[in-house]
Amino acid sequence: MSNCEDCEQWMQPYMDRALTEAERFDAERHLNECSYCRKRYRFEEHLRQFVRQAVVEPMPAELKQKLASLRTPLQ
Amino acid sequence: MARVSETTRESDPRRLATDARDRVHFEEEALALSDQVYRVARHLVGSREEAEDLMQETYARAFRSWRSFTPGTNLRAWLLRILTNLNIDRGRRIQRTPDQQPLEEGDYFLYNKLEETNDGTTDEDRVVQRLSQNDVVSALSEVPHDFRDVVVLVDIGDFTYADAAQILDIPVGTVMSRLHRGRRILKRAMADSAVGSEH
Repeated sequence: MSNCEDCEQWMQPYMDRALTEAERFDAERHLNECSYCRKRYRFEEHLRQFVRQAVVEPMPAELKQKLASLRTPLQ
Repeated sequence: MARVSETTRESDPRRLATDARDRVHFEEEALALSDQVYRVARHLVGSREEAEDLMQETYARAFRSWRSFTPGTNLRAWLLRILTNLNIDRGRRIQRTPDQQPLEEGDYFLYNKLEETNDGTTDEDRVVQRLSQNDVVSALSEVPHDFRDVVVLVDIGDFTYADAAQILDIPVGTVMSRLHRGRRILKRAMADSAVGSEH
């Protein structure tokens, strides 16, 4: 592997830590050598963090109380 | 639980005490995870109201059937399994036919789109900053359920492929392929929302 076209195939599994050790080795070698793919890799990483933070909506306090009230009463 | 009224043996009060202690412990652990469960639940359904209803149904069921949880296993995944099952049972998921699937592009579509309109800046931090929180939230809601469920569990809930497979009751290979397509659909939707809304 390890050209820029393959890169698109392994980029996501690489970020998910789902590659085998040998595949990861090849992926990292390519990222070290290729600034084009490295830039895209960094973008994908930032994007994931951004998405994760952007969608957070804190749980309403009343809901927390409602959930606690569903507990089995102590006898 | 049903045999409580038949208790006559000496050991039973002790057993009941242990039982009560285990149950209280379970309930406390489940409640401590509620923020994390909500974080995922909120994006498995369309609205905050639905997410709140679903959370209450989930916790009511979890508290009722706490004995079926195996201590030492992943409680957060167990709660989300109940939640996704309830969500499906309630018919909240709209099934789409294949021709209604949104268009997906390659993995680098979003990057290329943002870079195109980037006034020459190619710094990847700044490229991401061109997206707003709204772009992401509305793009995520556009991803069809089958794909969104997987993206939400893995990318927002931090579940492994194996956990997501168990929660959704689908094979790991299906998790991977849906994740792959779901992320692409999400990126396509973010590109439309970020770049399309500017001009």
